Amino acid sequence: MSLRDFALTIASRSWLLSALLFAGVSTAVAQTAPASSSSTSSSSMSGMDHDSMPGMDRGTPAAPATAAKSAPTKGAQATQDMQSMDGMPGTDHASMPSTHSAPAPTAGSNTMHHASMHSDPSGDMSRTRMGPMQGGSAPANARSADYSDGIGYGPMHGMDMQDNAPQSLLLIDQLEAFHDRDANGQSWEAEAWYGNDDDKLWLRTEGERSQGRLGGGDIEALWNHTVATYWSTQLGLRQDMGQGPNRDWTAFGVQGLSPFWFELEATAYLGDSGRAAARFRAEYDVRFTQRLILQPELEVNVYGQSDPSRRIGSGLSDAQLGLRLRYEISRQFAPYVGVVWADHYGRTADLLRDAHQGAFDRQWVAGVRFWF
Amino acid sequence: MNHRFPSYTADLSRRRFVQGLALGGAAAGMGLLRPSSAWALTSPGQPTVLGGSDFTLDIADTPVNITGAARLATTVNGCVPGPVLRCKEGSVLTLRVSNRLKVPTSIHWHGIVLPYEMDGVPGISFDGIAPGETFVYRFALKQSGTYWYHSHSRFQEQRGLYGALIIDPIKPDRHAADRDYVVLLSDWSDEDPERIYATLKKQSDYYNRAMPTAPDFVRDVCEQGISKALAARKMWNVMRMNPTDFSDVSAYTYTYLMNGAAPASNWTGLFRPGEKIRLRFINGSSMSLFDVRIPGLKMTVVAADGQDVEPVSIDEFRIAVAETYDVIVEPQEDRAYTLFAQSIDRSGYARGTLAPRAGMQAAVPEVDRIVQLGMRDMMGAMAMPGSTDHDGMAGMSMGAAPAVHHARTEYGPGVDMHVDMPRTNLDDPGVGLRDNGRRVLTYADLHTVGGSIDAREPDREIELHLTGNMERYMWSFDGVKFSDAAPVHFRQGERLRIVLVNDTMMNHPIHLHGMWSELENPHGQFQVRKHTINVQPAQRITYAVTADAPGRWAYHCHMLYHMEAGMFREVVVA
Repeated sequence: MSLRDFALTIASRSWLLSALLFAGVSTAVAQTAPASSSSTSSSSMSGMDHDSMPGMDRGTPAAPATAAKSAPTKGAQATQDMQSMDGMPGTDHASMPSTHSAPAPTAGSNTMHHASMHSDPSGDMSRTRMGPMQGGSAPANARSADYSDGIGYGPMHGMDMQDNAPQSLLLIDQLEAFHDRDANGQSWEAEAWYGNDDDKLWLRTEGERSQGRLGGGDIEALWNHTVATYWSTQLGLRQDMGQGPNRDWTAFGVQGLSPFWFELEATAYLGDSGRAAARFRAEYDVRFTQRLILQPELEVNVYGQSDPSRRIGSGLSDAQLGLRLRYEISRQFAPYVGVVWADHYGRTADLLRDAHQGAFDRQWVAGVRFWF
Repeated sequence: MNHRFPSYTADLSRRRFVQGLALGGAAAGMGLLRPSSAWALTSPGQPTVLGGSDFTLDIADTPVNITGAARLATTVNGCVPGPVLRCKEGSVLTLRVSNRLKVPTSIHWHGIVLPYEMDGVPGISFDGIAPGETFVYRFALKQSGTYWYHSHSRFQEQRGLYGALIIDPIKPDRHAADRDYVVLLSDWSDEDPERIYATLKKQSDYYNRAMPTAPDFVRDVCEQGISKALAARKMWNVMRMNPTDFSDVSAYTYTYLMNGAAPASNWTGLFRPGEKIRLRFINGSSMSLFDVRIPGLKMTVVAADGQDVEPVSIDEFRIAVAETYDVIVEPQEDRAYTLFAQSIDRSGYARGTLAPRAGMQAAVPEVDRIVQLGMRDMMGAMAMPGSTDHDGMAGMSMGAAPAVHHARTEYGPGVDMHVDMPRTNLDDPGVGLRDNGRRVLTYADLHTVGGSIDAREPDREIELHLTGNMERYMWSFDGVKFSDAAPVHFRQGERLRIVLVNDTMMNHPIHLHGMWSELENPHGQFQVRKHTINVQPAQRITYAVTADAPGRWAYHCHMLYHMEAGMFREVVVA
């Protein structure tokens, strides 16, 4: 990890905590109010209020024109404004709450508002108001994008364009052999999607096999709906496999790309008998060359109640931090080696100890990543 | 923010791929071609030239071998590029275009003012040309100069369906030359373009082989100190944007061609020292802007997009996709000169030679080092007066900063940034060319001879923002893709002003079919008449249009994959 990435990680740690908090809040909400997905996710997300975060400015329609006016005349202003984004890890996450009912991503309420302008209706150019450079919501006087004067398309079939054509991806992110204290085994993590810019069918699976037996794993099928520039909501099902009875869950969450290029997934799960769970996953690429890339990955699982038959205790159950160094022979095919630290906490750790297994483990891994 | 990076064409296997095979011919199936006309160019190895007013063009899949691998190209009369069509202003052209493909096709006559039914955009001007059918285009030529033609069907343009269209003026040419060469630049890929598009949708930085790395950061820290290096990185990383995203598709898959010849094939134009040579540069690429120069020669630009301009002497010019520039050169020495056209992302180049005798060649320069996008490419005028950009360029007068009106639809997932204070100056050659020690052409240097075609002041304005989401590879106007958009209405006969604001960090060459785009300077006065206007990142430009061509017209970004992703509108003049 380069110095930069280390620094950036520190800078964003507060955000990671927020995300974990979010996962926890979702779980709590899920336990008490199994409502429709959108209301649940939006209420749970509102628990992530960044208004109090430093470096952010609430952009109100009545933002003082004077501040805006002075901005363009100051050379240093731009730098300052960019630096005001420092406090930003998290700002964009305000766009996560937007649900389908929201007409537009609602990040504007607490996105960085640095110098920018749009005219006021009088056309007086000196009185300008600053808007967010990314995200935000449309100002009240935003113009229409419709210049048709009511004229429609002609009788012809229209251009044969690709702007709404479905695409598909299969990404085998990890297909690896591991060696840990007790055993050797294999594990996988993969996802696939099919769909257009707005909606996709999204499949995810992960799991591991050791000593010839499926140790644990799950598969998820989700409807992925794009709600903001970098964020999508996900709604669907998860099934757990492996040791103990299989469990089925309803899943809802968000996934996207946070500032500083973290690929994030935060998903809350509701099972039968009042079970609830949450999973948070973050990935990052540290590029040493155009082909040699280090990928740290963090996954955290939280459970609402114990499930001893699957050796799961309530509360923060486990966390895994992986470091995988891959070499992209092509963009689409990369072998890697790495190390994974897996730790179990609280009652989950107790259950493992009762079964004479350690709570902490370190694995050496080697595998391939590929997609098409 | 002038980070410089070494180019990435160093390893030998890549170099061979990028430069192509010396013997790899792009002109296959020569037997299909007609003999050259009376306008035939004066050197061997030239593109086929068809002259007159009556043309028969066959579109078919033809085997080619440009990189060492056999591929099918979509060709006109069996060659890439298609034949040069050379005709006369005032004549009526008849072009019989036959489709020998298994899929529909079309030819659009780029920059030609004609009835909309002859414009060749399937689904807008006509139904396209079905397999096995022949469509007869017929229209009168009311203009002269350097133009081109290309398919407007899916990705056929990327597969080789393009060629030059040269119209000689009725009056004697303002710049009579001893030699006259078409120099058509293009980008070729052995990959299926449908697959390139799908790949961009999955991983939009797939072809970018100049991504910032951790060692780059360490070097920046050493050179600039940690706080500055961190601040620079932070800006891009917070916004989740890439300072080396210049053209989406690079020499990782492209081989850049000059008149269909890969760099190793070295297209050559002959001359005698002392002669005056007219070079008609056409950018027939799908995705590549080129920076063109001829080391050792000054170029005098005499026409832009087919329209004569006041001559301006330069060392280098950037030619956006679909633009054309005519330049005059007068080599005095008995030696070879390299025509060097490096792609904007510096991943490769097209190359040819002007030489007194066949087989000669001159030194080929290295591609320039990559200069990252600067603050002004992200924030427009806001970044310009300050010291953040170090480009040493004076900013525009802030008092004149025009108001920007974002559309309500610009706040959805398809938009990744808003520029609230765009730059409006036309005298910026663009990223990678600023302060490079050469005299580089800018739009501010271009003045159409004779001025505007319509002295009326525009009655109204239509403001459109060029928008996109690079991460998801979505492109649009005002955040609305073509498939979600209504047509844009021009009232017949009106003079209107188009205001374009580029809310992205990429160049977008915007092409209005059927009518001229008369670019204005920042004060609203006529600057130059063009058919394709390149809008730089975070730039606002305006141009006037006389809506005198009733019918339905295409209006779009000429970056092929941006267009296919939805950066497209239908314009209705009624």
